[in-house]
Amino acid sequence: MDFELTDDHRMVRDTARDFARREIAPRAAELDKSETWPSGIVKQMAELGFLGMAIPTEFGGAGLDTFAYALVMEEISAACASCGVIMSVNNSLFCDPVYKFGTDAQKQEVLTPTASGITLGCFGLTEPMSGSDAQTMVTGATKVPGGWLLNGAKNWITNGPHADHIIVFAITDRSGSKVKHTAFLVQKGAAGFTQNARDHKLGIRAAHSCTVFFQDCFVADTAVVGNVGEGFKVAMATLDGGRIGIACQALGIARAALEAATAYAKERKSFGKPIAEHQAIQFMLADMATQLDAARLLTWRAAWMKDAHMRHSTESAQAKLYASEACTRIAHKALQIFGGYGYSTEYPVERHYRDARITEIYEGTSEIQRIVIAASLLRA
Amino acid sequence: MNLTLTETQTLVQKTAREFAQKVIAPEAARLDAESRFPREILKGLADLGLMAVNVPEDLGGSGAGALSYALAMEEVAAACASTAVTMAVTNMVGEIIAHFGTPAQREFHCPRLADGTYAAGSFALSEAGAGSDPGGMSTTATLLESGEGYVLRGDKQWITSGAHAGVFIVWARTGNRETHAGTRGISCFLLDGGTPGLTIGKAEDKLGLRASNTVPLVFDDIQLPKTALLGELNGGFKIAMMALDGGRVGISAQAVGIARAALAESVQYARDRKQFGKAIGEFQGIQWKLADMSTKLEASRLLCHRAAALKEAKKPFSREASMAKVFASEAAVEICNEAVQIHGGYGYTRDFAAERHLRDVRASTIYEGTSEIQRIVIARSQLA
Repeated sequence: MDFELTDDHRMVRDTARDFARREIAPRAAELDKSETWPSGIVKQMAELGFLGMAIPTEFGGAGLDTFAYALVMEEISAACASCGVIMSVNNSLFCDPVYKFGTDAQKQEVLTPTASGITLGCFGLTEPMSGSDAQTMVTGATKVPGGWLLNGAKNWITNGPHADHIIVFAITDRSGSKVKHTAFLVQKGAAGFTQNARDHKLGIRAAHSCTVFFQDCFVADTAVVGNVGEGFKVAMATLDGGRIGIACQALGIARAALEAATAYAKERKSFGKPIAEHQAIQFMLADMATQLDAARLLTWRAAWMKDAHMRHSTESAQAKLYASEACTRIAHKALQIFGGYGYSTEYPVERHYRDARITEIYEGTSEIQRIVIAASLLRA
Repeated sequence: MNLTLTETQTLVQKTAREFAQKVIAPEAARLDAESRFPREILKGLADLGLMAVNVPEDLGGSGAGALSYALAMEEVAAACASTAVTMAVTNMVGEIIAHFGTPAQREFHCPRLADGTYAAGSFALSEAGAGSDPGGMSTTATLLESGEGYVLRGDKQWITSGAHAGVFIVWARTGNRETHAGTRGISCFLLDGGTPGLTIGKAEDKLGLRASNTVPLVFDDIQLPKTALLGELNGGFKIAMMALDGGRVGISAQAVGIARAALAESVQYARDRKQFGKAIGEFQGIQWKLADMSTKLEASRLLCHRAAALKEAKKPFSREASMAKVFASEAAVEICNEAVQIHGGYGYTRDFAAERHLRDVRASTIYEGTSEIQRIVIARSQLA
């Protein structure tokens, strides 16, 4: 058993940390405030290979592994959580399923440019009335000669306003007691594929999301990802990996909040000494640091298992659940340590606090993670 | 990162698990009910090499490393926490003597701790008036006028296995209170069980860990030879802190073991127990508890194993040991408390083990450095 990073992993992390501190962190507050899509940073991340980290180089990726992806996700998110989720969606929710379930042609034509960051991907599972319970989805695909006609709407589509490709899930069989889904690739500009204005959110404001619509949108048979009727499997396998990405985003936000709070506690004085000398503050910092390490170990375990091709649904759920809830607690305490200044947009903890909140919701709410974990305990 | 166990670690884990489940677990409730010291079980553990897991082989130990020790501790604690704490202290005493002892001290005591000649070893640091703050201890070891030894005088409190120990590691003030104030004037001594002048007080009547023995000690002008000094004169605090770093890994592993047992029993109960026409495990109210218990348990184990791996690699692990200790012990208390809740009224009775787990686990956040002391250690490192 070895908890140390390999030299390769350390190098990737250091590269990402250096880049994030130099190029992203100084711009994060302004990107958030103006809700600006960070197109320049996305381009730079593409050049560094961060948009398809675990995809082999022959398909445009960086040829690394999930663990390297996890390390980079934490670094990028520590600087800017919006940039973190943009990266996470492209890697985990788009490139991963196309690589794992896609045809050779899809890998050449869609994965290769997207993993290299020339084009951008997004993921369409959630609907206005179907979030945690994918069985209630209404978007459907009807078979027509040579392909399918898609009808329905998908919302909270992160990267949606800027993406060139979407992997979208639709019901293709309603005959049985449980509906069957299929995954499709749709290109931006396809007839019948539209979107509304972007969403306005509490946090991760520089990561744009929107609702997308399909109206008799024709997709060819060659656009099916995986087998017809097995879309749910594609979605669930994708989310197992996606949860690792979001757990890492939570680690990054939490770490940034803890580092800011630690520095502030040493400078700020009350009752004649730095507040760091009061046990009330020391104990908060100790708990924040311990929870952050616990979250990181759970996350790294899931990433390591994914790379070792071990089943990791439960472990990903544990990582996502714990890391996201620890992140909101840590951001909350960081804001508390900053006092009134924490409530002001003058300091970054206010942004961390808002950004943290999403991690408990997307890619499976905390409640869904608990269902996954409990089911695995009770099934055994 | 690589979470695969080595062959040795797998073997130690398997050996400990089999013995714990076959021999210890069936006895645990009775040992607790009768507050009976598990002497035969401890001999069994010694025979398997589990009383000196991380003591070098040439001293009679298993030489299997700190991580193997953590794995063995979890297994034994999952069966009986009282046995586990006795095992933990004995392992710690063996490690300290192996690390700091003279060749004579090592060769005399380590094999006896390892093979069960000594039923246990004891660690005597705390006093009635000096718990978290050992610098405030009042026990003294005064150099004889001849210079050929020391006189040990004072008393100690909360000494695990004190009535059964073959050897005690005793901390006492040796330095001048002005020139070597606080922790700078403390030394460490080896004291044989049964030495004249050593009085073992009445065993404490405790909430849990009732099959472990906890006693006060009185040192009534005990003459110690110079060779009883362990490590350097006035260097005892360093030994205590180093021992406690390792001890914290052991106690975090103990907490993981107790919590694991409580969770496993809760899962089984949730499958079996029916209310409102279905197993209570089908209610989200219970599922949520189980999910949170298991997530905290896994995080605890990873923190524990990380600290053990660092110790084994001879890297600094003080911060990580404190994190493992505070997180695992507090999580284990929560897990055992929820286990009682899931068992309902049955959980409050001695018909189910959940009741014992809750009593046993409550010590975890107190001994080997309270949660508050762990947070001080972590905060100091965070603010450094």
